[in-house]
Amino acid sequence: MHKILVLFAHPRLESSRINTRLIKEIPQQENITFHDLYETYPEFNVDIEFEKSLLKRHEIVIWHHPFYWYSSPPLLKQWIDMVLEYGWAYGAGGEALKDKIIFNAITTGGNEEAYCEQGYNKYSIRQFMQPFEQTANLCLMQYLPPFAVMGTHNMKGEQIDRAALNYGRLLKVLSNGDLDLEKAKSLRYLNEIL
Amino acid sequence: MAAESNFLLQSTVFLAAAVICVPIAKRLGLGSVLGYLIAGMLIGPFVIGFIGEEGEDIMHFAEFGVVIMLFLVGLELEPEKLWRLRKQILGVGMSQVLITATAIFGVGLLLGLIWQSALAVALALALSSTAIVLQTLNEKGLMRSEGGQNSFSVLLFQDIAVIPILAILPLLAVREVSNASETLISDLPMGLQTLAVFLAVAIVILVGRFLVVPTLRMIARSRVRELFMGMALLIVVSIAYLMQLVGLSAALGTFLAGVILANSEYRHELEADLEPIKGLLLGLFFIAVGASIDFKLIADSPILIASLTFALLVIKFVILFVIGKVFKLSVSQNFTFAFALAQAGEFGFVIFSFVRQLGISTNETLSIGTAIVALSMTITPLLFIINEKLIQPRLCDGSTDDREREMDVVDEHNKVIIAGFGHFGSTIGRFLRANGVEATYIDNDPDQVNLIRKFGFKVYYGDATRPDYLLSAGAANADIFISTLTDPDENYQLVETLNKFYPNLKIMMRAQNRYDAYEFIDMGLEHIYRDSLDTSIRVGVDVLRKLGARAYTARRVGLNFRKADETAMWELAEHRHDSDTYFSEARARIQYQEDLMKRERGEDTELVDHAWDSESLVKGFGAGEN
Repeated sequence: MHKILVLFAHPRLESSRINTRLIKEIPQQENITFHDLYETYPEFNVDIEFEKSLLKRHEIVIWHHPFYWYSSPPLLKQWIDMVLEYGWAYGAGGEALKDKIIFNAITTGGNEEAYCEQGYNKYSIRQFMQPFEQTANLCLMQYLPPFAVMGTHNMKGEQIDRAALNYGRLLKVLSNGDLDLEKAKSLRYLNEIL
Repeated sequence: MAAESNFLLQSTVFLAAAVICVPIAKRLGLGSVLGYLIAGMLIGPFVIGFIGEEGEDIMHFAEFGVVIMLFLVGLELEPEKLWRLRKQILGVGMSQVLITATAIFGVGLLLGLIWQSALAVALALALSSTAIVLQTLNEKGLMRSEGGQNSFSVLLFQDIAVIPILAILPLLAVREVSNASETLISDLPMGLQTLAVFLAVAIVILVGRFLVVPTLRMIARSRVRELFMGMALLIVVSIAYLMQLVGLSAALGTFLAGVILANSEYRHELEADLEPIKGLLLGLFFIAVGASIDFKLIADSPILIASLTFALLVIKFVILFVIGKVFKLSVSQNFTFAFALAQAGEFGFVIFSFVRQLGISTNETLSIGTAIVALSMTITPLLFIINEKLIQPRLCDGSTDDREREMDVVDEHNKVIIAGFGHFGSTIGRFLRANGVEATYIDNDPDQVNLIRKFGFKVYYGDATRPDYLLSAGAANADIFISTLTDPDENYQLVETLNKFYPNLKIMMRAQNRYDAYEFIDMGLEHIYRDSLDTSIRVGVDVLRKLGARAYTARRVGLNFRKADETAMWELAEHRHDSDTYFSEARARIQYQEDLMKRERGEDTELVDHAWDSESLVKGFGAGEN
């Protein structure tokens, strides 16, 4: 059983249909920790030592957040800025996160077609994810392609259910250690592994 | 009756002379000391002649100002700091007195005085004027500079040195005289005399340590204002008397008492109470010095007296400067030090009159000597001006500034003053201290002060609404004044005083409620903190969370509410004097606040916060996509 840490960042969960549904599918198991950042740090006062201890205790980390303005909500950035310290997460002697697996689980309003050269967002999701990817690289972590729920603007109940169940299944696969890491890395979206 | 009217007339003359001359002198940049001296010369027997020979009696009375001044100096000097100064006091002080006296002794012999007379004159002239030097250094803010500190050390040593000097003078007596120094213990054998002296000092220390502070606390609790000043005077007068009994310098005794009380919470209050009395008595003293200058004598042999005075100043200056060099003062500090102490002082008068009784010197020598002392004292403020205007500007010694600033911190002139050290004030205090900001705390509840002191906070007892008290608490050097007082009237008075005397001080004011806050807005305050606001909102935010709201949303709602409430307070403050517009404004404000909250909750679709809402996005993007 791999230990999974879901770092969830949503400033207005009460008005998000998709994410409310997604987090319901996170399996309630001892080896999976759901960590609601906006609920824990409404004043943005991230407890660095506590976060570091959480990271140490898990092998897989998920940055779970809505994809706002081609990035994450600000508290997740604050978390990255505060917790990933020099000499601990990166730099000289900074090997605390070495070989841990990390990826983003995101929801986007626009659908997949919007995220390509011809679409109105012009770049691919993977391109937008580069700052996260390089953050992971610098911390010697293994970065996987994102799990993405796209086109949420027009999702109907059934589609939402399907996306949520997929998220749950992905977490189960990760938890059981059934993931083919090399194959996963080669995908565009982690959704495709299911 | 005649004596009484004479007293009233004298008082009128003295006070009028001071009131007229001092402001003019200050205006001309000459300092208050010179103003008083000039006033004295004008009303003295040789110019207008308002006062005659009684000048000398007045001088003795006014010398008490010096005694109080030393007490106040002691209050500023904590025992640890005095201990740190010991090398300066002994090293710099002793070398100054010994070398200067030797040099003047030599000059006296060359001028044909017999050796006994030359020695007596040398000892009298070697000493400097505590009154003029300390007053001027304080006025010019040089007390904490290195030159100032060294000057002070030398003056302190001189105060101590007066005792052995007065003791050895009788040995120089050429003819037999009856015992001149009449003290209670002078008939006792030497050993017992010494014992009595030590006993007196021990009494001062023990009483200061164990009796004075509890008594002050009791008086503070009784809240009879004038009793405090009475007690302050009682301390000084009784110690002066005790010292006189055993033949010690009264100034030295009160200085010691001051040092012992320097750590107590009543320090600023004592300072505030005694400061005006000291100022007035010192003024009187300087007037008396001015009046005592014998212009007839000077007119008879002007060249002799002028050249002797000049020679004295030069000799003392050169010796001081060399000593300063040896003790590694920077050039600019050394100039301040040497100019400050180049004159002869009031102890000169005392020693000369004693010498006259003993018949050591001729009357002519003594008259000339006295004139030299008075003249050199009068010239001192001018020397300070020369130093300040001509010498210091040429010595742009950057290092001195730094040193002065460093000393400042040690002596508790904090940038922040907090009035009221209850739960509100102490929380601010703990927070600031945790972040390395030391503040000066004042409170007028003696029990509270006593309690908080046990936690290691330096709280001072005092009434923050008094201007003189604020000054001694360092309001002139502070940047921020925080009032946590709860009594509105006290606060209004405080704000008025601060605005009047310290307009540059930033006031941060605790207000009880909205109406309290309006008053402060009317008074022009900008930083107002309502007791009831932040905590109430925090409770509200937590209630929302307990009822299931998301933490961050509850927080945002709370912040918005506070912001709207603050804005409303400032806007309503304008309308509050007109009850009609006030209530309509207030209703409009409350409505606005509720709208704002609804909008945050997303209930009012017209006002919905569009930032992260998918419905409006669908309208813009989504529809076109699919």
